[in-house]
Amino acid sequence: MAQKTIEYTVGRNPEMGPGGLPTASPLEPFDIPEPQLGSEHMLINIGPQHPATHGVLRLVCELDGETVLNVTPHIGFLHSSFEKLGEYRTWNQIVPLTDRMDYLAPLIYNCAYVMAVEKLLGIEVTERCKVVRVILMELDRIFGHLLWLGTTAIDVGAFTPFLYTFEERERIYRMHEAYTGARITTSATRVGGMMADLPEGWIGELEHFLDTFPRTLAEVHRLLTNNQILIGRTQGVGAIGPEDAVNYGFTGPNLRASGVAYDVRKDNPYYDYETYDFEVPIGENGDCYDRYLVRMEEMSQSVSILRQAIDRLPDGPINNPDPAVSLPSKTDCMSDMESMIHHFKLITEGIKGPPGDCYYPVEASKGELGMYLVSDGGPKPVRWRVRPPSFVNISVINKLAQGHLIADLIMINASLDIVLGEIDR
Amino acid sequence: MTDEAKSGLDAVEEGPTPSDGSGPQATGAPADRNAHPSVAALFERFRDAVHHHEVNAGDQHVVHVDPARNIEILTWLKDDPAHRYDLLEDVTAVDYGGGRPIQVVYQLWSIPNRRALRVKCLLPVDALEIDSVVPLWNAANWLEREVYDLFGVTFRGHPDLRRILMPHDYAEGYPLRKDFPLRGRFSRAEQTRRALNQDVDRFYIPAERAVGREPQEVTFPSQPASGPGAGSDESGA
Repeated sequence: MAQKTIEYTVGRNPEMGPGGLPTASPLEPFDIPEPQLGSEHMLINIGPQHPATHGVLRLVCELDGETVLNVTPHIGFLHSSFEKLGEYRTWNQIVPLTDRMDYLAPLIYNCAYVMAVEKLLGIEVTERCKVVRVILMELDRIFGHLLWLGTTAIDVGAFTPFLYTFEERERIYRMHEAYTGARITTSATRVGGMMADLPEGWIGELEHFLDTFPRTLAEVHRLLTNNQILIGRTQGVGAIGPEDAVNYGFTGPNLRASGVAYDVRKDNPYYDYETYDFEVPIGENGDCYDRYLVRMEEMSQSVSILRQAIDRLPDGPINNPDPAVSLPSKTDCMSDMESMIHHFKLITEGIKGPPGDCYYPVEASKGELGMYLVSDGGPKPVRWRVRPPSFVNISVINKLAQGHLIADLIMINASLDIVLGEIDR
Repeated sequence: MTDEAKSGLDAVEEGPTPSDGSGPQATGAPADRNAHPSVAALFERFRDAVHHHEVNAGDQHVVHVDPARNIEILTWLKDDPAHRYDLLEDVTAVDYGGGRPIQVVYQLWSIPNRRALRVKCLLPVDALEIDSVVPLWNAANWLEREVYDLFGVTFRGHPDLRRILMPHDYAEGYPLRKDFPLRGRFSRAEQTRRALNQDVDRFYIPAERAVGREPQEVTFPSQPASGPGAGSDESGA
């Protein structure tokens, strides 16, 4: 093959150094037109099926680059019309609907509902029942916070705390199962009492949990609380001041992180919470980091309340002995005519009370859970309304996320601790 | 479906009967006004606008006020230094059915005074309109949307009044009204047909649709012939 030589000339660069090597870049700086990114906003749809939305929540974000300008939450994907269904059921038949709302802390919902019914119908419960309900509610506060802790850690990229918290959750699941037979859909309460007394050895299991759980909590503390990444992702993110937090209807740990010491257990106590020795942790800045700290401390306080409750757990019957309220035992039913009549009347007619309405607030793990019941004197409610804490909390996400990056939106959403079963109901 | 055909299984599927609210309404006997400081002050200040006061469930004070003056009364309750109901816990509604008025219920809590008060406004079913309290409490935004969605109460001056739990184009009415059947007004077939024919555009509210560019037609390439050998070049991994 013949060689072909290409001749060409190189224009001499005046700055050419000795040896013909260039001493400066021959490129002349020239004007690159700035990209006009600010002129066009982008619409991003997150969810409804997205792990970072913690349920079937759909967020439509208007972005300028990566900065969030507007977030519109769209809810209702899980709407099951529980409140309408409740109007078709007697007081006791509604209990299974309540734990489907907050399936992350079902026992609080079970208890809150029957507490409202008992208040409305004027039914007393026994001392033992009160303490058992306090135990169950505080246990499920830990249960709900643990899920929040694990999933929030995942949202900022830490996987290990998720394993730690879910291991502890698994133990609470087993305690649910040992008592109620179900892990999530507990339906443990009845009007005037519980579906059964605590099983043999259950309190011992709980004590073992209380002895070992703080160790896990301390480990997660060591992993996260001073973690550079967590601090960088959460401090100053999604902050809200105390006046705004109250005005927007924040309750629970979200409100307390903003520095407002409103806790239903302290301010409007039920079930002798005023006699338990516990503290209400308060944040300062109302940002995601303070919400994290408040919930971490609340778990320690719940452990303390649980210990006190175990100490004062009295013996005695767990159900109200009034035959017009509580079902007789199965043995009595089968052997005693009168008990059978009571059983029959309770099942077929249900419990009746005076007409009126009743709003009963309870401190759930997500915030203030209010049960609003309206009765016309019949065995079914005219209206059963749940004041959902997550519903009100998530409505603030637009205000919290405006001006932050879209990655912070995920963290803000996680820090609000929502559960979609209760938002959509 | 005709009435003749609606028998057998369908009749069973109607399910249990609801509480129809035919019993007495929750308007108990007038109670002692002086038992609750805010109630006594309300009667003193808004004599002609406060219609009724009762105590329900032992210790829960309820006042019925004139719906036309709800903003005036609630503003005073929120801002008066002696009362300071700064937390709006709940806004909801109650329908007793039978053409009786629908009650809009405001549940208030005063964090500084640790006191609760329930304020009710009775709206006749043919004039379901009331002023929105969003200018007072931002918490009312979604709560009022929910009442609008499920009861059909219109809140004047609400910044974003649209359905929240039900779809935006839900055409069957207001589900929590007493005259609304448990399974909806449309037949299952009609509900399914509407669900399948829904317009994807409706998933975005007008404000969101205005943000992006015009929606572009997305055309999917036709499916390659399946089977061994077909499109084997790109089907790796």
